Amino acid sequence: MTARRRPADRLVRSYVVTDGRAHPTRNTLDLVTLLVVTDDLPLTGLNPEKRRLMELCRPGALSVAEVAGHLSLPVSVAKVLIADLMDSGHLITRAPIPAARPTDARILQEVLDGLRARL
Amino acid sequence: MGSAPASEPATGEVHLRPGVQTAVKLLVVGHFAVGKTTFVGALSEIRPLRTEEVMTEAGAIVDDLAGMTDKTTTTVALDFGRLTLNDRLVLYLFGTPGQQRFAPLWHDMTRGALGALVLADTRRLGHSFEVMGVLEELGLPYAVALNQFDDAPAHELDEVRDALDLLPETPLVRCDARDRVSSTRALISLVEYLLTRIGHLEHT
Ligand SMILES: Nc1nc2c(ncn2[C@@H]2O[C@H](COP(=O)(O)OP(=O)(O)O)[C@@H](O)[C@H]2O)c(=O)[nH]1
Ligand SMILES: [Mg+2]
Repeated sequence: MTARRRPADRLVRSYVVTDGRAHPTRNTLDLVTLLVVTDDLPLTGLNPEKRRLMELCRPGALSVAEVAGHLSLPVSVAKVLIADLMDSGHLITRAPIPAARPTDARILQEVLDGLRARL
Repeated sequence: MGSAPASEPATGEVHLRPGVQTAVKLLVVGHFAVGKTTFVGALSEIRPLRTEEVMTEAGAIVDDLAGMTDKTTTTVALDFGRLTLNDRLVLYLFGTPGQQRFAPLWHDMTRGALGALVLADTRRLGHSFEVMGVLEELGLPYAVALNQFDDAPAHELDEVRDALDLLPETPLVRCDARDRVSSTRALISLVEYLLTRIGHLEHT
């Protein structure tokens, strides 16, 4: 366990990593939207947090929630960075948005089959 | 149905497999110390992660970072884990306390969620009403799993159903949040119920 950071420290840092903006440029990002790095765009001009995010996502897809968790950022802050990286073409989303229609029987059946297969 | 069973990724694998196209989410909710973190940890194929949202005391999601330091803020922890269910589908579990004052957060968490599993503790059944109330307000379907604590008195499920004032169709099962198979069975009860509900809706 790492020591709890003081909230004030984290908030100041959050403010800095998003260049003072809090509203993501896209509000379609869900906790389980899957993020994929696009090929070979240079990272020049990206701030250190965005570079970290790109390094994290380069080996394979991750959800918005996982990116926030791995980078120890509040979800709202991670979304701002992700939206910027989508705008600049560095990231694309894989899952349709919203991720699933909850009333989709086919999806539910697939979830059920997948869970039963784990028993 | 018809999709190949997933060979489970090695524990500690961080990234999703290349073919995964669709992500779904279920919530695992309940009062403090009911076993949410334990449950998510027992099922997750990745080291469970934790993130947080920042809110004002009044219950609004803080989205004005410049003003954050001026306000009295509080953070809501979100534990989550991941289960790859087949070559193209992944399930995320989000464990979070279900307090009324965090309602705005719930809208973000529940958007697109398939349903919720309410963990309950027979020693403190009354503590579960608040979270069930929030789910009902949001219209998110749920099942209830009684987490078996060693020193908890043994109750018949019928008694517990009465005490929690559950609808007849709401599933009520026992589980041990520390046990992967038991926890998987609890999720299965929830998803079976979600399917039944849809069938029911389609036929009325
Ligand atoms: N005996 C027993 N203890 C449990 C069980 N589930 C959780 N615990 C313990 O109860 C405590 C609270 O669990 P935790 O998962 O942190 O609860 P949370 O606050 O809902 O996330 C921890 O010490 C767990 O080890 C269970 O099924 N049986
Ligand atoms: Mg917990």
